[in-house]
Amino acid sequence: MASDTVIRVEKLSKRYVIGASQERSDTLRDWIVSTLRGRNRKRSDGNVLWALRDISFEVKRGEVLGIIGRNGAGKSTLLKVLSRVTDPTEGYGEIRGRVGSLLEVGTGFHPELTGRENIFLNGAILGMKRTEIERKFDEIVDFAEVSKFIDTPVKRYSSGMYLRLAFAVAAHLEQEILVVDEVLAVGDAEFQRKCLGKMSDVAQEGRTVLFVSHNMSAILRLTEQTMVIDKGRLIMRAPSAQAVDYYLSSGYSETGERRYDADEVPDSARPFRPLAVRVVNPQGRVVNTVRSMEPTTIELEYCLDQPITGLRVGIYLLSTRGEYVFTSFDTDAPDLYEEYAVRPAGHYISRCTVPPDFLNEGRFVIGINASSYRIQRYFQDEQALTFTVDPAGAPGMQWPEPRLGAVRPRLSWQIEAQK
Amino acid sequence: MTLKTQSETPVVILRPTRGWSALNLRELWVYRELIYFLTWRDLKVRYKQTALGVTWIVLQPVVEMVVFSLLFGGLLGVPSGEVPYPIFAFAALLPWNYFQGALTRSSTTLVGSANLISKVYFPRLVIPISGVLSGLVDFLVASVVMVVLMIIYQIAPTPAVVLLPFFLLLAVLTALGFGMWLSALNVRFRDINHLVPFIVRVWMYVTPVIYGSSIIPERFRWLMGLNPMSGVVEGFRWALLGNQLADAAPPGPLFAVSILITLAVLVSGAVFFRSTERTFADII
Repeated sequence: MASDTVIRVEKLSKRYVIGASQERSDTLRDWIVSTLRGRNRKRSDGNVLWALRDISFEVKRGEVLGIIGRNGAGKSTLLKVLSRVTDPTEGYGEIRGRVGSLLEVGTGFHPELTGRENIFLNGAILGMKRTEIERKFDEIVDFAEVSKFIDTPVKRYSSGMYLRLAFAVAAHLEQEILVVDEVLAVGDAEFQRKCLGKMSDVAQEGRTVLFVSHNMSAILRLTEQTMVIDKGRLIMRAPSAQAVDYYLSSGYSETGERRYDADEVPDSARPFRPLAVRVVNPQGRVVNTVRSMEPTTIELEYCLDQPITGLRVGIYLLSTRGEYVFTSFDTDAPDLYEEYAVRPAGHYISRCTVPPDFLNEGRFVIGINASSYRIQRYFQDEQALTFTVDPAGAPGMQWPEPRLGAVRPRLSWQIEAQK
Repeated sequence: MTLKTQSETPVVILRPTRGWSALNLRELWVYRELIYFLTWRDLKVRYKQTALGVTWIVLQPVVEMVVFSLLFGGLLGVPSGEVPYPIFAFAALLPWNYFQGALTRSSTTLVGSANLISKVYFPRLVIPISGVLSGLVDFLVASVVMVVLMIIYQIAPTPAVVLLPFFLLLAVLTALGFGMWLSALNVRFRDINHLVPFIVRVWMYVTPVIYGSSIIPERFRWLMGLNPMSGVVEGFRWALLGNQLADAAPPGPLFAVSILITLAVLVSGAVFFRSTERTFADII
């Protein structure tokens, strides 16, 4: 490998066997026998999922590489293989230098221990040496802004303090290569700004960073090149602006429709069986981008295998930062509530319309929920589908600045001159 | 230009691993601080927010000793040789309680650390090892009680007391060997969580903790050699109380069998653990 190449992987693949067969087909005895013989047992009845398929790429020292793709595309699996959490099923890779993972913030924190104790413990878990942690201790505490509470058990911390401390430890890792998975998906705007700043510092120190995110503006800001991954395969690697543009426009992002295959739905959902979630524009087309000034229809298609009492099927709308915009159910209206007190078995579409001049520009996430109040939650998917709102024609477009807030209503203003 | 620095940077090879894996002791050494921190965390957390704190370490074996003395020493009249039953029992409870805690922790903490294992890389052996080590502190505290008891009963240790660390090491390695087997199996079969308390209880009855090996008929005594903990417990009694205990024999050939069995379990456990640990993150 060339002297400035720090990561090189060739035809890396990772296979998972999914489905109930995993537990069913084993007995303790034949599992021990086959493991001791070191054989890969063939499970003919299992569903095989290739989370990664023939991924090859190289990363040079000091490069900051973005990785994007829809949920389940294999981004996190790739980071897990690179950080040695799990082995590849096939392929080969070489990594020069220590790999630090900034995966889920707070992994390994223990609520009973104080902030100080957790810094040392967490640092050790993330692969730092004690002397390194001691040297960075003050910096970590300053960054996290928790110096007053450093000897308080972290279970008494607010969630903000907890996140800041956890991120601070991870962000002060000294490894040559950092893999970062969606750390920016949590926390408030101020925290995210701070994290982004720290990330770009790290990048400027000349360390190699692999950065997974759904936040395209963070990808654009931090990375030079980006890889697009879909269904476990590497689709493209290009300068980030080009890769993000390709990803958003090519339908690799989201298609305006989320279908549920039978094996994606847990058994606990029964007798509710989700089929699809769709975003539909006024022309009746399933779309990924809707216009702010037009009404948007959201459709939930599902089957009931048995009648359900008090069922309500509804949506959450969230911003991509995870803030809730609203929650709404199909039996909110009293007449529908009465009519569907018991919903018979059958095939349904619940449809609602988001009024025009309501949503601000940006991406939104639809979560879905099917439940009977205080009885059972049949199914929930917090990230069923995302769609983009285009602001063309929205109020205030004469100023080309981004508007704060999730909604952008057309309010009627009067201006009264006072004497 | 950077030949030197490059030779210092570790190169990690990613590839599918199959079959046997060598025990990577060097890597464990690199992660020794993590072993230390996990051991220390285990201790801290075990006694945080408990009103009695460290007193628990003392209270537990002392209460056991009292109950055993009343039941077995008193009511059932289990012979304890020339020493009073309480100290006879305590000399055995000291290593046994350590072993029991170490085996339980090392078998179950791997699954308890599932979120770590599925997110961060470190040699997985670190977890059962620290499970075995954290009990040593409890052992040391309980040893103080032993010293106090010996003063009260005016029993002087034999010169063989210098061999105690060796018997303790045998208990540590036995717990680690079985702990590696059970914790690796536990990742896949949660049955182990239910099995461990049961194993521990039965194991105590087949180990001469509440009785001495002298009550076992001669022709069955060889069976005890198969149980390394018999050797440990009897070794503790022999080294601590041997002066007063006519039937406390020094470790003989049976003890060599115990050592061999411990080593066999230790090596096979390490191999089994290593060859299954690569799938831990996928199935835990």
